Amino acid sequence: MSDILQSLLTPFHYDYMVRAIWVSALIGGVCGFLSSFVTLKGWSLMGDALSHAVVPGVAIAYILGMPFALGAFVAGLLAAATMAFIKAKSRIREDATIGIVFTTYFAFGLLLISLFPSRVDLKTIILGNILGISDPDIWQVVAISGITLLILGLKWKDLMLFCFDPNQARTLGLPAAALHVTLLALLAATAVAALQAVGACLVVAMLVTPGATAYLVTDRFGKMLGLSSGMGVATSLVGAYASYFFNGATGGCIVTLQTLLFLAAFIFAPKHGILAAKRRVKLSQSS
Amino acid sequence: MTDSPSLAVEGVSVAYSNGLLALQNATFHLDSGTICALVGVNGSGKSTLFKSIMGFVKPKTGTVRINQLPVREVLKQHLVAYVPQAEEVDWQFPVSVWDVAMMGRYGAMNFLRIPRAADKRIVEESLRRVSMWEFRDRQIGELSGGQKKRVFLARALAQGGKIILLDEPFTGVDVKTEEAIITLLHELRAAGCIILVSTHNLGSVPEFCDQVVLINRTVLAYGPTSEVFTEQNLAATFGGVLRQFQFEHSTIQDHDGREVRILTDDERPLIFGKDGHLEYKNRGGREELLKQRSEEHE
Repeated sequence: MSDILQSLLTPFHYDYMVRAIWVSALIGGVCGFLSSFVTLKGWSLMGDALSHAVVPGVAIAYILGMPFALGAFVAGLLAAATMAFIKAKSRIREDATIGIVFTTYFAFGLLLISLFPSRVDLKTIILGNILGISDPDIWQVVAISGITLLILGLKWKDLMLFCFDPNQARTLGLPAAALHVTLLALLAATAVAALQAVGACLVVAMLVTPGATAYLVTDRFGKMLGLSSGMGVATSLVGAYASYFFNGATGGCIVTLQTLLFLAAFIFAPKHGILAAKRRVKLSQSS
Repeated sequence: MTDSPSLAVEGVSVAYSNGLLALQNATFHLDSGTICALVGVNGSGKSTLFKSIMGFVKPKTGTVRINQLPVREVLKQHLVAYVPQAEEVDWQFPVSVWDVAMMGRYGAMNFLRIPRAADKRIVEESLRRVSMWEFRDRQIGELSGGQKKRVFLARALAQGGKIILLDEPFTGVDVKTEEAIITLLHELRAAGCIILVSTHNLGSVPEFCDQVVLINRTVLAYGPTSEVFTEQNLAATFGGVLRQFQFEHSTIQDHDGREVRILTDDERPLIFGKDGHLEYKNRGGREELLKQRSEEHE
């Protein structure tokens, strides 16, 4: 018995594991919080796009020896601006615009990485490397998370109104354009942080799945925020911990856990799950 | 803050991003205590006009003034309340009836938008006024068409707007709610509000609107309903897309008296008398008009 307990506690004997676990939990919580807004605003594809579009920024930052967060954030905002520009100036639909722009940025990033293979590791960017995260990188993640949580914590009601009814926000004199940019900037910043934990490919899961799951479970925005952030923290915590036993596929572990929770909600959610829908159909037929 | 608002649209032209004009040289004035219908076909510039009154679009030329001030300057006073069309709202959004009504108070709240006792009281009053208080904990998607409309009316009430814009308020609404909305609008008019209703439901216009603005890329005519809402003006506004039924050679006989029943699937029909004047459903409250008409006849 104590043997099992011993082996269950082993991850905590390693400094790098403890670090990976708490940093993942922090990132998971922030992503989870933001995911409620992303899913309701219909920005899931945008989240995916930004998480890929930051890659050239990360590459340039590493090549020049600058903080990766700075490069990534600038690249993310540039990508968002490019998309907005093309959307405004052409007749191409939004999804096509997003598809063109983010792949362009991503391709440019890959090109840079292949040109300077010694400075940046492709695998780190694509798949994340939370187990090997360096101290400066941790501080960047902490700073991003802190700022994001502060803004979301103070202004979530304004952002909710902006997502629900931007016209009402504007008639009340709220700065709708500023709220739009704020949400976009937070999305870019959070995508950068999540890049560290799960890599560019899986960032979108962190930014969408918790929100989508919470949306199936509750009809109140406040509860949805709590559920999605809680789910982000819990899955990242457990996922990072479990990855010790799976030889380091942290991103895979976290996202798999999130998917399992999503499936549970999809089937069993009290009101919006498929079983509940079946029950309702039966009830209406029998009465 | 003044209790008798005014709205002046002065030579407003608005261009789309592609350079085409959505609205050209539109002018009309409304004073405190009026219900005005904004009538025109789809794409006639109704929503563009709404947007310029709300300050969302900047007119290329002309000005919109509320209480003699440019729209952008009065935006912070939350004077303009907007009741959106049903299609514009995400009904699956996880908010309750209470939450939506409370959104009307955001402008008056502090930085963190924490409702004070006064805000809660106003929201309760507003919801009770539209008979939606019992539904306050419902998610908004679980309401009927008429109830949905009333929630957004409650939000406008909670906001305390003096100029209320309603976009197609009677679409998808049952007859009972339509009556309830009209009663509420009459109360608001009595309280001095300016109510601008965009509608293509022609029959309801003479029943509850005292003013009309006819629009087709520009303001074709505006003024009191009885003067402006004529067959001729409507023909110009709709350019012959209205269906007409003449009863000249109908089977209605003298012994039918005054009574004819007209059924429609949804909208109220608009009925003109023989010499082109408006006919109303109820004689009650229109004794003046009847007297005047019979005098003219003699």
